[in-house]
Order: sequence, then C-alpha cells, then structure tokens
Amino acid sequence: MVAAARVDETGPIWSVLEDVPDPEIPVISVVDLGIVRSVEPDRVVITPTYTGCPASQVIERDVREALDAAGYRHVRIETALSPAWTTNWITRQGREKLRAYGIAPPTRNAVECPQCGSTSTEEVSRFGSTPCKALWRCRDCLEPFDLFKCH
Amino acid sequence: MPSLPPIRPEDEACAEKARVTGAFDAQAEEEGGALFEYLLRLGDDSLILGQRLSEWCGHAPSVEVDLSLANMALDLVGQATHFLNYAGEVEGKGQDGDRLAFHRDVLDFRNCWLVEQPNGDFAQTMARQFLFSTWQKLLFRQLQASTDATIAAVAEKAVKEVTYHQELASEWVIRLGDGTEESRRRMVDGLDWNWRFVPELFEMDDLAAFMASRGIGADLTALRPDHDAQVRAVLAEATLEPPADQRPILGGRRGHHSEHLGHLLCTMQFLPRTYPEAIW
Repeated sequence: MVAAARVDETGPIWSVLEDVPDPEIPVISVVDLGIVRSVEPDRVVITPTYTGCPASQVIERDVREALDAAGYRHVRIETALSPAWTTNWITRQGREKLRAYGIAPPTRNAVECPQCGSTSTEEVSRFGSTPCKALWRCRDCLEPFDLFKCH
Repeated sequence: MPSLPPIRPEDEACAEKARVTGAFDAQAEEEGGALFEYLLRLGDDSLILGQRLSEWCGHAPSVEVDLSLANMALDLVGQATHFLNYAGEVEGKGQDGDRLAFHRDVLDFRNCWLVEQPNGDFAQTMARQFLFSTWQKLLFRQLQASTDATIAAVAEKAVKEVTYHQELASEWVIRLGDGTEESRRRMVDGLDWNWRFVPELFEMDDLAAFMASRGIGADLTALRPDHDAQVRAVLAEATLEPPADQRPILGGRRGHHSEHLGHLLCTMQFLPRTYPEAIW
C-alpha cells in the first residue's frame, strides 16, 4: 500500500520528466537515457552522462522549466555523481528510439547497422560527433552511422 | 630574451606562502587548507590539459582526430569543474570553479609541468596524453576508494573516460612509433620532450603524504611500477626504446611553472581579465 501511494504521488512527476528531451538527441527523453535516478514528492535526482557533457547544464535547466511549468516549483533538483551513469540504464524503449533515429544503441555484441540491420559493420573512429558516440560504417548498405558507446 | 619580468622577491614570497611546509598535524582547520590545495592539484591538472587540447580545435590532421581531441578536452574540463567547484566549497570564501579557473594567476596554479607543455606537433601532443592518461587512470582508480566522498565520486565517474583517453593515446603512440620514418622520428622527439616531466607525477611531498595518510589522497609512489610497466609495454609495441632518464623537473605543485603556463592563461583568461565581472 505504501509503495502504491508513493507511485501515485510521483507518477505525475515522472510523466513530466518523460516529456523532457535530451538536448543532443531530442528523440529520447531524460528518463529513457537513465539520467533521472529517483523521484520523490519534493525531490528529483539526476546524474550527468559524461563528466564533460555540455548538455548537462541544459538538461538541468530543461528539467527545471518543465517542473515549473507543470506546477512543481517546490520540487528541487539534486545532482548525484555516484553511482556513475552507465549506458545499461538506457531503457528498452530508449534503445528502440535511438535505433529509429539512426543511432545504433550500445551493445557488447555485433553492432547492427540502424539503417539496414546488417551486422557487417566497422568502426571508423572511436570518437564521434559527441563524447557518447563513435563513428561506424555499414559494409552492406555503405551508410555511415553513429554508435552510442557502451559506457 | 624572456617575455616575463624576472621573479621578484614578493612573487617568491607569494609562492612561499602557499608552499606546503610539512608542519601538518591533526588540527581540523589545517586539514581543510590541505584539502583545498590538494583539490587544486587535481583540478588544475585537468583544466590546463583540457585547455591545451582545445587549442587543437580546427587544426587536427583529420576531422575525426579533431573531434577526439575536443572530446577529451571536454572530459578534462568536466573533471576540473567538479574538483574546482568542490575546492571553492572547501575553501569557504565564496569562490566557485569558474572563479578559481579564471581569476588566479600563474603562481597560484598547482598543476604539474607535463600538462602545461606546448602541444608541439600531433606526436608530441599524443606522447603527453599517453604519459598523462596512463598516470591519471591509475590515480583515479586509487581515488575511487578515497575517504572523501566527493573525490571518490568524481574519480569513479571519470576513470571510465580516462581509460578511453589512455587507449586512444596508446594507439597513436603505437601507430606513429611503428609507422613511417617521419612519424617515428616525431614520436621519438615527442616522448623525449615530455619525458623529464614524468617524475613529478609521482612526487610525494608533505601535502601529498598528508592527504594519503588521511585516506583522502593517493599514494603516488605506489602508482609508479604500474605506470612504468604500462608505458614500457606500449613503447615495446611501438618498437620504441624508452628515452634515457633526464633530470626531473619539479615545482608545479608549489606554484613554480614554465613560461608556457602564463601564455596559456593569457588566452584562457582573456575575457575575465578584460571584463572581470562579466557573467553569462
């Protein structure tokens, strides 16, 4: 019962956060990315992805604006560094959204081309357009694509 | 002819004032001061190397390399932001990370000499990165167990990124060292330039020893065997001999720096020096 009551109380806050997009990859929300670590009636805990990710400040501002707009001015935002963010926290739904957007989701197995699904792919550069991505290429459809790196 | 005036006695006095004298005891207020100094060492290493790498932006040999250097710089500046913000909190005089980064002068910086060295060519930059990231990864691995929760959290987060820096730099050392005649010559020169600044990374002065004794800081001496072994292994793969040991250059941790740091700060601090109260 207690758990159910808590869900009821924070459910609407989660809904607000699910509509806050990541500034770099706008198809995926901060919840899908695993940036939101916990939600309580008066507190939201977020964690940065990469230490130097320039989106971190924008994310905090966007979360603040979304909470304020939805009437949650009293909910404060806290940042926790530990435990360190990992791509394992990206939700299943988030992974699908990444793939549909053209970014291969993080994987420890063979990297699938997000365009044609082929696993005949190769790395072009370990450092891509943002710190979280690597540049890959498909040997079948010959398209270049971003891979969200395991982290 | 030097472009900076000679160091005046009052400058020396300023550096001396900040010098760790080894008179530490268990008093709490001294521990706070030592922690502040220690955080400056950690934060300034990351800040200065991040700024150095940023100088490559738009100049790297290819767009992929340009991005990789800029991304490493971002990671390092991110580390610096955490360490220096925390340093400001510990100091308790209302300074934040930006204030510490942009409103201190050369003598107040506590970074090691290696990170302030000029980029040189791409090989020299990668040689520096290889030596530094190999050390920083070992350091952060130890600092994950720091009794200071903030230092432990930053180290835990950053060690994953630094592992990546070390891999990238190692690959370039191998590729250039075991490459063409020219790339090999450049990597040999790059390693040679940076080699004399390596011993400082392991210097256990009184402050470092005090921080280690409190479980806050790392025992740098203990990192040396692993560092040497990892460096030797990569150099062997690059078909390179380790450079001959040179006279070590020390002093960065106590505010004595090469002329290069002042020039770096001129660029990095231009805006706040010109408009001291500028805000976003």
